[in-house]
Amino acid sequence: MATLKQQTQHLTRKWSASYSILAGLVILLLLAFLSIIKLELVVNGLFLGAIIALGAIGLSLLYSILNFAHIAHGDFMTLGAYVALFLLGTLFPSIGLEGTGFGPFTFGYPVFFALPLSILALAAVAIGLDIGIYRRLRRRNVSKVVLAMTSLGVAIALRGLVQVIWGGETWQYPRLSKPFYMLPMEVRIPPDNLFIGALAVILVLALYLFLTRTKMGKAMRATSDNMELARVSGINTEHVIWWTWAMSAALAATAGVLLAIFQAQLLPIMGWRFLIPLFAAVILGGIGNPYGALIGALIIGVASEVSTQWFNPAYKIAIAFMIMIVTLLVRPRGIFGVRE
Amino acid sequence: MTDIIGILGYLTGFAIMAIIYAIFALGLNVHWGYTGLFNIGIAGFFALGAYTSALLTTATPDPRLFEDFIFGGNLPALLGVFNLGIDLWFFIALLGAGAVCGLVALLIGFITLRLREDYLAITTLGIAESVRFIFLNEKWLANGSKGLYRIPKFLGDLVSPQNYDYLYLVVAVVILVIIYIAVERTIKSPWGRVLKAIREDEITTAASGKNVFSFKLQSFILGAMIMGIGGALYAHNIRFVDPHTFDPLLATFVIWAMLMVGGSGNNKGAILGAFVVWGIWSGTQFLPGFLSDPNFRYVMIGLLIVAVNLLRPGGILGEERKVSKLVQPPEAVSPEQ
Repeated sequence: MATLKQQTQHLTRKWSASYSILAGLVILLLLAFLSIIKLELVVNGLFLGAIIALGAIGLSLLYSILNFAHIAHGDFMTLGAYVALFLLGTLFPSIGLEGTGFGPFTFGYPVFFALPLSILALAAVAIGLDIGIYRRLRRRNVSKVVLAMTSLGVAIALRGLVQVIWGGETWQYPRLSKPFYMLPMEVRIPPDNLFIGALAVILVLALYLFLTRTKMGKAMRATSDNMELARVSGINTEHVIWWTWAMSAALAATAGVLLAIFQAQLLPIMGWRFLIPLFAAVILGGIGNPYGALIGALIIGVASEVSTQWFNPAYKIAIAFMIMIVTLLVRPRGIFGVRE
Repeated sequence: MTDIIGILGYLTGFAIMAIIYAIFALGLNVHWGYTGLFNIGIAGFFALGAYTSALLTTATPDPRLFEDFIFGGNLPALLGVFNLGIDLWFFIALLGAGAVCGLVALLIGFITLRLREDYLAITTLGIAESVRFIFLNEKWLANGSKGLYRIPKFLGDLVSPQNYDYLYLVVAVVILVIIYIAVERTIKSPWGRVLKAIREDEITTAASGKNVFSFKLQSFILGAMIMGIGGALYAHNIRFVDPHTFDPLLATFVIWAMLMVGGSGNNKGAILGAFVVWGIWSGTQFLPGFLSDPNFRYVMIGLLIVAVNLLRPGGILGEERKVSKLVQPPEAVSPEQ
């Protein structure tokens, strides 16, 4: 009988971070080499990849614990972005908290308050949805496809809610245009991207520490490996599930806010559109493997930016989709996936 | 009198759309209701069917009309006397639309149906978005965002334009009945029972010597072809298609709501659901206040799907339990007798 320690070791091997990062770097270098003509696209692709990663990691966590495709993840991002819009555009100005152009960035300091609040709101929404909907379905032992379909319904309803409240038109956070950074080799970076990259790195590191160092993180990994075994070992799997929802919703909210900053606009459909890159990243990295999702996201981000050198930028999503199809053809379990 | 004609005209238009949606719901029922295939890219097959049929039948574009696309099959003129006075081109276009969708389904299915079941969902979603992007950005293919218009009328010479809808209603009903009977018969055949077995338990089915992958693939192709025919029927009804027609709400989500509400795994349920949901959908525009807000329908459709899953997984009609008319219902063989 495997002790908890042995099990943790086994899991560490399954989610081996160093192996993932090494292999990912090799692929990224290859991509960078391919597009040697325009390094700018690679760099900005990494920032887009960071946003994809935040969404994809959450999606992957949900996959690994609850084992279903959470179709509403893109719309979690949308909702997160719009909650921040409400705070930045309506609530904060009314209490005198406004401003743009904080430091080198286009947005103002209120973002630093809006982001945590949006995260909390989304975590609450996710746990609420679990109590109201998913837990009941789980207890009825429905198949994972029914869970996925229910999340499709949730996705539609959430986007509808966003459209009812904010309408279908384009919105923006209060912003002040700023000059791009000019780096050598004709690399121009919008200053906001530095914030995006830094925040993504911090969150990913925090998540890594959470999963490896805290009791709840270890419980989460144990649950992902074998829910029954975790339960008989005294882990409250319902709590684990709530933590998973809260964390992936928090990551999704962050990704949504960052995407709104990255694109400098908010649209109700932005999250739904993002679903394909998210799933492409998850599948490329190997389903249920958060580190794989990170690497997959960076590859997807770079590949779709670099593709604009040859293809119409409108096809960025199609590029992500093509990568996913190739993955399914060549290596369906993903780069770092384990055989089922 | 004119009021009555107006109402009748509205109801006819409503019924035609409901019937076209019923065809999609039947196609989805083959996928989801009978085989358990999770297709969330109906819009892709919708668009492919509609565009194929439209491209086959519209005239080759005239450069003086500022149209950029290069191909128009112009089937009605091409067939000429072979139209036999019954507008044979219409049926060729319908079959063509079905064939294109079948081919695409073969491709997607071949890649994904061997793998985890949720891969199919993501792939169909990707196909739907890609198809829309291609039709939007490749102007040479189908006039980009301006869309295709002047799509010919089936039997357009037979009746005056103001009464044409009544004729098309009959056409739609006939096609719906044909598809309904075809699906019923295939599902009640041994082939259909294998599909249901796959839905219930893939491993047992495989252990019984059935090639699960092959059956799934066939089911996926059949459902996609039905959707293609539905798309073609839509194109010749509205007689205008552009990429925005095929947004996920009206071309995917609504159809899911229809099947779930009516009862997945039941062809009558699929048709009933199409009428009920399309009725709710069209009816809300007459409601007062925010209830008539088109965005509110999004919320409604989403909640409808969630509510059916939570409260009444079988929908209104529920699944037909009888697998064959040759098998006696379970009561007859209960031990009491």
